[in-house]
Amino acid sequence: MKLTLKIWRQKNSEDKGKMVDYQLDDVSPDMSFLEMLDVLNDQLVGKGEEPVAFDHDCREGICGTCSLQINGKPHGPDSLVTTCQLHMRKFNDGDTVYIEPFRAKAFPVVKDLIVDRSAFDRIQHAGGYISVNTSGNTQDANAIPINKDDADKAFDAATCIGCGACVAACKNASAMLFVSAKVSQFALLPQGQVERERRAENMVAQMDAEGFGACTNTGACEAECPKGISLTNIARLNREFLGAKL
Amino acid sequence: MSWFSDTFSSSIGRKIAMALSALFLVIFLLLHVAVNFLSVISPDAFNEASHFMGTNPLVQFLMQPILILAVVYHFVAGFALEASNRAARPVKYAMKSNKNASWMSQNMMISGLVILAFLVLHFMDFWVPEITTKYIEGDMSGLTVAGDMRYYEELVHRFQNPMRVVAYVVAFVLLALHLLHGFQSSFQTMGVNNKFTPSIKKITNAYAIVVPLVFIFIAIYHFINH
Ligand code: SF4
Ligand code: FES
Repeated sequence: MKLTLKIWRQKNSEDKGKMVDYQLDDVSPDMSFLEMLDVLNDQLVGKGEEPVAFDHDCREGICGTCSLQINGKPHGPDSLVTTCQLHMRKFNDGDTVYIEPFRAKAFPVVKDLIVDRSAFDRIQHAGGYISVNTSGNTQDANAIPINKDDADKAFDAATCIGCGACVAACKNASAMLFVSAKVSQFALLPQGQVERERRAENMVAQMDAEGFGACTNTGACEAECPKGISLTNIARLNREFLGAKL
Repeated sequence: MSWFSDTFSSSIGRKIAMALSALFLVIFLLLHVAVNFLSVISPDAFNEASHFMGTNPLVQFLMQPILILAVVYHFVAGFALEASNRAARPVKYAMKSNKNASWMSQNMMISGLVILAFLVLHFMDFWVPEITTKYIEGDMSGLTVAGDMRYYEELVHRFQNPMRVVAYVVAFVLLALHLLHGFQSSFQTMGVNNKFTPSIKKITNAYAIVVPLVFIFIAIYHFINH
């Protein structure tokens, strides 16, 4: 099939950037979206032009490195998949496809479609961990009984891959879904109790300091999250925060 | 920073304060619609209730200032929230799909602005004349020159102007849209999202539609009947 691509090109973080049109013929419906971009880049390099820079790593939906706002939706038109697992069969011959970076003040563009998501790392450093002394006689985590319901909820929260689609989808560029998933995965487990209050307070403080917006419960994040992280996690984060403050 | 400013300057703290002021306003609105509905059932009962609300010191000097504070807070904090949320995305998307969230939830600012414009009209219509009569002219009797209770007459008189009725209808439709998102959303903000959530949404949606509808009914009722 033939596609018209409208792609955000920006040389570096200082450059103003603009949308540039590209024509691509012979796109196979079996290609993944990133493979389609590989084909485009091949052609650009062949013509001596600068290839389009985009993020990717595992290409199997587990690392959270790929991003892209495709036709106004993070990770494109399909639901519950990352860009690397999106296939061209979701598009039609003759389509125009807008490809933009995830937009947020806290995610500055590095080049073309690559944004700097280290704000997420700094939020994690503020509390997204548990401290365990590895003295050699640490208790086996599997020996601690955990209610199945809580274990399932914690595991669901832990499937967040930190891709940032929630931020990209939100009209407020809020990172609440991400932070709530990271806080929830520990708040529900015995291992997370020691640092529970500090964690909620510090991660929220870091989230605010990074310049993300505040959640207004539109639910766009949940609709676009490739891992189906639920809004109930945001309610839990609100409880955790309130509990820590009171 | 102190505990208070630390908590209520954070994104979640501000949202919780928004939700609390909203819940207070929701209760007030229910009281308001109940009193107004009396005007449809019985002019005398409406006069009595209005006179009580207008002269009871507890209502006037405790509840009224709290109400004004809540209204002002809700607007100011709402605008501040919107401003900082806009700043969180300085470069907009060339292509934006809005299908992932409801119109109401994405446009609380539009419905809020219409409600603000309505409140200005509403204050000029009722509140300013009330305050002038009672506290500037010092007439606490609640009576007209002819010696009748004045509240019902004043209400009916306001709804003789069709433009005002139209303005009321538009404002209350927007209020319904605002409440459809805002009321249930305040529970999520307070951390309530559990097995009761589907029921909470039904109740809050019913409130969001019925209460504005009754206000609209009252305005049209008096327009047609007098
Ligand atoms: S919550 Fe979902 S959308 Fe947000 S970072 Fe995690 S996986 Fe990505
Ligand atoms: S490249 Fe790893 S999730 Fe897409």
